[in-house]
Amino acid sequence: MTRNNNKLDTDRFASVLKALSRHRMFIPIAFLAFLLLINVFINPSFLRVSLGRDSTGSPVLIGNLINILNNATELVILTIGMTLVTASSRGQDISIGATVSIVGGVIMRVLCGNETQPTQLHAPILVALLLGCLAGIACGAFNGILVSKFNIQPMVATLILFTAGRSIGSMAMGGLKPKAAASFGYYGNFIPGFPVPTPILITIGAIVVTLFALKRTNLSLYTRAVGINDKASSLNGLNPALIKFLTFVILGLCVGIAGFVQSSRVQTVNPYTIVPSIEMDVILAVALGGNSLGGGKFNMTGSIVGAYTIQTLTSMLTTLNVNTNAVPVFKAVIIIILVAIQTPMLKSLFVKKVTLSNLTAGAGKERG
Amino acid sequence: MNYRKHNLSFWSKLKRGESLTDSVFLLTITVSLFIAIYALSIIFLGDKGFSKIQMFFNLFNENAALIVIACGLSIVMITGSIDISVGGSTALICTACIVCLNNYNFNFVTTLILALGIGLVFGAVQGFLIAYLEMQPFIVTLAGMFLGRGLVALVEVNQIQVDNAGFEMLSGARILIPFLGDINKKGVFIQSKLEYGVIVAIIIVCLMFWILRKTNLGRSFYAVGGNSHSALLLGINVKRTRFHAHLLCGLLAGIGGFLYLFHTRSGSVQQATGLEMDAIAASIIGGTLLTGGVGNIFGTLFGVLTSGIVLLVVTAIGSQDPWWPQITRAAMLCFFIVLQSVICSRKKK
Repeated sequence: MTRNNNKLDTDRFASVLKALSRHRMFIPIAFLAFLLLINVFINPSFLRVSLGRDSTGSPVLIGNLINILNNATELVILTIGMTLVTASSRGQDISIGATVSIVGGVIMRVLCGNETQPTQLHAPILVALLLGCLAGIACGAFNGILVSKFNIQPMVATLILFTAGRSIGSMAMGGLKPKAAASFGYYGNFIPGFPVPTPILITIGAIVVTLFALKRTNLSLYTRAVGINDKASSLNGLNPALIKFLTFVILGLCVGIAGFVQSSRVQTVNPYTIVPSIEMDVILAVALGGNSLGGGKFNMTGSIVGAYTIQTLTSMLTTLNVNTNAVPVFKAVIIIILVAIQTPMLKSLFVKKVTLSNLTAGAGKERG
Repeated sequence: MNYRKHNLSFWSKLKRGESLTDSVFLLTITVSLFIAIYALSIIFLGDKGFSKIQMFFNLFNENAALIVIACGLSIVMITGSIDISVGGSTALICTACIVCLNNYNFNFVTTLILALGIGLVFGAVQGFLIAYLEMQPFIVTLAGMFLGRGLVALVEVNQIQVDNAGFEMLSGARILIPFLGDINKKGVFIQSKLEYGVIVAIIIVCLMFWILRKTNLGRSFYAVGGNSHSALLLGINVKRTRFHAHLLCGLLAGIGGFLYLFHTRSGSVQQATGLEMDAIAASIIGGTLLTGGVGNIFGTLFGVLTSGIVLLVVTAIGSQDPWWPQITRAAMLCFFIVLQSVICSRKKK
């Protein structure tokens, strides 16, 4: 009797595990847990968060987790936009690193004018933020027009800004390397007296706004519809070109905010090295979040968890003393494995087994 | 002669009111653009060296590696795929070869084998993933690009130079062109010089032209790129053809990387940044359609030369700002991509 019970329990456990492993969030969360586990093994005090004091004496939160949450800001914000672009246009924007450089250049020019070491800001920070976002949106609109109006593959269309972006950023700054006044640094570091890093607050705000927009507006539905079949969606009265254009504009806005936070971190911008190879990280985060890179359905929560996972991986590789330039090697291998798992070829091997077992069990509701 | 013949068919077609094929139309634009820019730069910028014959040869000397790599890219683009890893693999080839030349006493032949090997491995792995696992070419080769650059940092972080007497002697060798040359300020006649890499590049262009036009392999590239379903119905092994295209591109990237090393004799992580872009731009400018199935290797050659001369003009016009060359390149790419898209959409209607 007890034996039978045990067997039932293990069966149930196995089926629960099976269902879990098929859940969309399984891959990102399992990978994140795995990375955190390795980190704890390397450094037992990894998860500790403590309250310390910075050089001016105001309280700040210190700890590896806080660092990861803080540094992931740009990645998370860009991933939100990229998930929408991937879903609607069935391709990725590879120009985001370059457009962040343009935004950084514009913000620096607005704040510093033609001086290299201004003692005070030349314009209110709000104006800089707005102009930065405007620059980002302009870049997004440029890509969006090429993709939606001229029907160019997204990756080819964004190749143009991918090439020119960092040079345009340098041009926006007039070839100077100015350093803005310290008050601009509040948005990338700490507001004096408040212990939580400001980027974390910005990220939370961005996530809340995004999830609210996806829940309350038709953005999510329309994006999916266009991504799955744009002809069918156009027969249903949607305008696929407009939806694609809008997702690129939203990504442009995300680039604007990310560029603002990034340039505020050290109050200076080197257009040629700012956020190096972030396009790779963002695409990896989208893929890791369980989204198909071929468009259609998307899972925003998965993408956000994926972005944090990537940041954990990056900081882990940095603590292991891997050269910054060599970090992409590991990410490239992981992205290849992740995308390879999603391919129809390998999937068909897996799905065939599942449907057979389901057929024998008499429950044939498994569908691609 | 070839150009003239081609031009005749152009005019006769125009007279008869026939529509030109897209490739010929784009090639005509490119060739005339190249000639126009070169003529204008001789007239207006002659004092900055554009009227010298050596300038024409330098155009080839500087771009030999790019010509070879762009040929590879044209082939994958004709097959309907793409490869943006060539810049990364070129950087890896340069650094790996230099490390082997300096520390392990590699000679010319073993270095060449190493370079071709790296290129072939990149081509084979990417080709397998794209053709047989049906992964998106852009994602696969983007990963390849970062993998290549990352591996450079694993091999050698700093910028390094070739320190091998035999190799330096070979790469310093030049061909003197008989009867052609310029008279310098002192009135001394200097013969024009050509690098050996250019000969290799020209041979490869001709070879690829022959492969694409005359062999089964080349024709199946066009068939697969034009419409893979009808190619399958014709009995072409689509997957194998795609794989071969990437393998060929990898091989050409290996040769191109070696020529790059032969020309620059240095290696670093940031080397050959944007090379993939230049190669894609050259192919597009030369009339290779991004949608696949249309393309011409001689167009690619002229694409490289056109972007080369435009860059020279931008530099010569005297802008000290370092950002103009890159922005000009992107603007040119943008123009030609939009032009292609307009042509394609007009054809659909």
